[in-house]
Amino acid sequence: MSLRTTLEGLPGVDRVGAEARVAGLGTRSIKTTAKAWAIDLAISMVDLTTLEGSDTPGKVRALAAKAQRPDPTDLTCPSVAAVCVYPDMVAPVVDALGDSGVHIASVATAFPSGRSSLAIKLADTAYAVAAGADEIDMVIDRGAFLAGDYDTVFDQIAAVKEACGTAHLKVICETGELATYDNVRRASWLAMLAGADFIKTSTGKVQPAATMPVTLVMLEAVRDFRRETGRQVGVKPAGGIRTSKDAIKYLVMVNEVAGDDWLDPAWFRFGASTLLNDLLLQRQKLSTGHYSGPDYVTLD
Amino acid sequence: MDRVDVRKTYKLFIGGAFPRSESGRTYEALDSSGDFLANVCKASRKDARDAVVAARKAFPGWAARTPYNKGQILYRVAEVLEGRRDQLVTEVSAAEGLSAAEAHAIVDAAVDRWVWYAGWPDKLDAVLGNANPVSGPYFNLSTPEPTGVVAIAAPQDSSLLGLTSVIAPAIAAGNTVVVVTSYDRPLPAVTLAEVLATSDIPGGVVNILTGDIGEIGPWLATHLDVNALDLTGVVDASAATAMTADASGNLKRVLAPGRDDWAADPGTARMTALLEIKTVWHPIGV
Amino acid sequence: MKFEYAPAPESASIVDIKSSYGLFIDGEFVDGRGTAFKTVNPATEETLAEISEATADDVDAAVRAARRAYEDVWSAMPGRERAKYLYRIARIMAERSREFAVLETIDNGKPIRESRDVDLPLVSQWFFYYAGWADKLEHSGFGSTPLGVAGQVIPWNFPLMMLAWKIAPALAAGNTVVLKPAETTPLTALLFAEVCQQAELPPGVVNIVTGAGATGQALIEHPDVDKVAFTGSTAVGKQIARSLAGTKKRLTLELGGKGANIVFDDAPLDEAVEGIVTGVFFNQGQVCCAGSRLLVQESILDAVMERLKDRMSTLRLGDPLDKNTDIGAINSARQLARITDLASAGDAEGAERWSPSCALPESGFWYAPTVFTGVTQAHRIAQEEIFGPVLSVLTFRTPAEAVEKANNTPYGLSAGVWTDKGSRILAMTSQLRAGVVWANTFNKFDPASPFGGYQESGYGREGGRHGLGAYLKEVR
Repeated sequence: MSLRTTLEGLPGVDRVGAEARVAGLGTRSIKTTAKAWAIDLAISMVDLTTLEGSDTPGKVRALAAKAQRPDPTDLTCPSVAAVCVYPDMVAPVVDALGDSGVHIASVATAFPSGRSSLAIKLADTAYAVAAGADEIDMVIDRGAFLAGDYDTVFDQIAAVKEACGTAHLKVICETGELATYDNVRRASWLAMLAGADFIKTSTGKVQPAATMPVTLVMLEAVRDFRRETGRQVGVKPAGGIRTSKDAIKYLVMVNEVAGDDWLDPAWFRFGASTLLNDLLLQRQKLSTGHYSGPDYVTLD
Repeated sequence: MDRVDVRKTYKLFIGGAFPRSESGRTYEALDSSGDFLANVCKASRKDARDAVVAARKAFPGWAARTPYNKGQILYRVAEVLEGRRDQLVTEVSAAEGLSAAEAHAIVDAAVDRWVWYAGWPDKLDAVLGNANPVSGPYFNLSTPEPTGVVAIAAPQDSSLLGLTSVIAPAIAAGNTVVVVTSYDRPLPAVTLAEVLATSDIPGGVVNILTGDIGEIGPWLATHLDVNALDLTGVVDASAATAMTADASGNLKRVLAPGRDDWAADPGTARMTALLEIKTVWHPIGV
Repeated sequence: MKFEYAPAPESASIVDIKSSYGLFIDGEFVDGRGTAFKTVNPATEETLAEISEATADDVDAAVRAARRAYEDVWSAMPGRERAKYLYRIARIMAERSREFAVLETIDNGKPIRESRDVDLPLVSQWFFYYAGWADKLEHSGFGSTPLGVAGQVIPWNFPLMMLAWKIAPALAAGNTVVLKPAETTPLTALLFAEVCQQAELPPGVVNIVTGAGATGQALIEHPDVDKVAFTGSTAVGKQIARSLAGTKKRLTLELGGKGANIVFDDAPLDEAVEGIVTGVFFNQGQVCCAGSRLLVQESILDAVMERLKDRMSTLRLGDPLDKNTDIGAINSARQLARITDLASAGDAEGAERWSPSCALPESGFWYAPTVFTGVTQAHRIAQEEIFGPVLSVLTFRTPAEAVEKANNTPYGLSAGVWTDKGSRILAMTSQLRAGVVWANTFNKFDPASPFGGYQESGYGREGGRHGLGAYLKEVR
């Protein structure tokens, strides 16, 4: 069966119903011990990210330090999942992280637009892997996807996957450019079929970035994909998740839609930067009983 | 020698056919002076049952016809009726004791009433329906739909205009009907049945029983496959109350007994009483 | 570690439940002359308050008060002034919504999430919507002449929402009302009486009489009542229709149902599963328009059941005041017994029962969300209204078979259709014999949208422009 037939045969997504489902999940009230647990889990799921033209070795080293010790005043605070940088910033991150166990993720494949040749995308990937990245966040060719050229998108993902070697591959669908939830579902399946270890919503460079409904559709996709193939794929919403409250809503959704197998940094990540400090402020509030302030978390 | 008249046999009208009563019963229809006019069938409860079966069978098809088509068919009734005016004038005149001129006016009004209702099927949705502005991303539309099989007690006095005025709105609204005619003035109803049979009304949409509503009515009132009961022609108040009470068995919609001014503008009340409002929701989203 | 949500109870301290309540007649609370009865919290079986029982004499006093208010004040008042009272009520209901939501949950057993997010917003909106009609009746298509005194009897499943559905259009059209809430859920109606006082609604325009069937019967049979509106069971609806035979009273009935929720193989599956869950587990399934018969295209039965069971496993049953509760308490021991009895019939007739593992609280009235597969039209659980969290699953092969099965019931209140094919939606919605058809959604309500049934689900419409027709003289 052709890829097109497979993707177009997936059940549709009713936008209103999906958004209503998300709104319903958003009314879950998470308090006390559950909240403390969720905040620590969320911290451990953060891909602490900087993807700026102005990034320097100093900047990314600082981020790597923060990744290992998010709250230097409290050593019970877990480290984050990964630091995510451009390929040329991987080396200083490798250096800074050492054997901390924090992963090194890099955005390859002509990020964020993906508008280049496959050769360059593969070279970009190989460069990041060679520099020490153990996770690659690639972007799909949205133009090819929207033009209906699913085979091209598939082949590129498969090729990048091969170039990754042992590194994990996260496939960014850039859902803000796919526009419909039907497309999000199709792109998710396409990525999984082509070998993605993770499916990821956004680059963070396009609005809207991650949203709850888009992540819902992706969570449904990984749940269904495992049911059908036996292979578990992770999900990473990225961009736009800034508050602890939002992060907890995402975790509730993971729990109730995909199931608690996904409540693990190996299977769910937050692509974020400012989120971490809000999680830390909430963590301090929970442990001290009073509200903290921005001067009591580090800015890196 | 004078030609011997060919006299007409007055039969029931069920499912587009003209059977005699299964009971074999007839009764004498007299004119307003008490002189014999004809023997007519005296329908039984089993004839009523057969008529309900015919009406139920015809209902989905009739309801599903396009409004334009229903309108054309009703208009066709008027056309065919127009050609029978002389016969009906004679019958109405005899039945109701009217002068020829008065009977003429009645028949003309009856024809015109069919024309009036012929214009309704393709306007009911616009007049009675509604696009509802709900507070959310939903398309929401209310439309009238026919109630189903309607049992009608035709007026006892107005043998053609009254009869027309109870049948036409019911079928214009998309229902199918079982009508029990005026007991004492049944002949115009049988002629109307012949008009309907030669028009384009599908068999079973209108079923006409000559007979006694007091006898057949209770069977129709308790019949679980009848959806509405029009008691217009039930004169006996206690009988009407009993039938109304019986109609509660399957929650028939009931039109209360009572004498209308058949010459007046009928309005829409007789159609709306036999329509259900259906509301459909659908999300709006890409 | 699993993600265990800690309890998140809504504070009950916002409501002040008195030890006893009287009747609300002519703007004041008075003691009823009958035998007081108790209303209990169905989640705990604790007695909440003693409620006066209205006798026929009390009902007579209420109807006379309503008549006086109708003649002297309300029918003579310009619509624009009536409107302002209704707007006042709408605003007060919004301001006090948390208090009402908590009280509704305590008295009814429904989850606070529903009373807070569904019932109360709709109550306020219902008054706001009909307030706007009060001075625009001549545009309604039903004239602008009220009927007089309306006797209204409402059920226990949406106590306050049903009150709003009844009182708002009646008052907007210029009628006065005597309303009887259900005997197991009188508290929010009695608190609403205080809102009438707070809004300075003229005395007698709204009267609330409490009691059981006898009180209701006295009300609907009162000779000076012009209009009867009833929401409840089909059996009682038929009795009312029978008892009103021969009177001039106008009657509208909103009764039971056995709604079919039809899922085609091209449905948006995840949203369909949500719709199935909402359709039959909303308010513990104690909903007249519940989608209690699931008709699934046979080719996708396994896919649907797998998803449905997963989804049902995430439903949280327990303390209705907990903001995370999805399934609250069944309203009464009697209703629980009925659900238990009918579900047992499902077992006995060979249908296969499944429920997620969920612990039921020790006190109170509870029933786990339940689905029966292998059900056919010949099963009682496919025919009778269970009015509980019990879903019967049937299959079909073709659209025609789906329509035939869906319509094969004396009821005709609601139906659902799930398919991504537009032309099929329109074909299905036009063939389904039901007053409300939800396509790719379910259990949505809005004051602008007419609601009501075909056949034995009753007659008349509530909501929207059509809802005014139940309270105005002109028939159209």
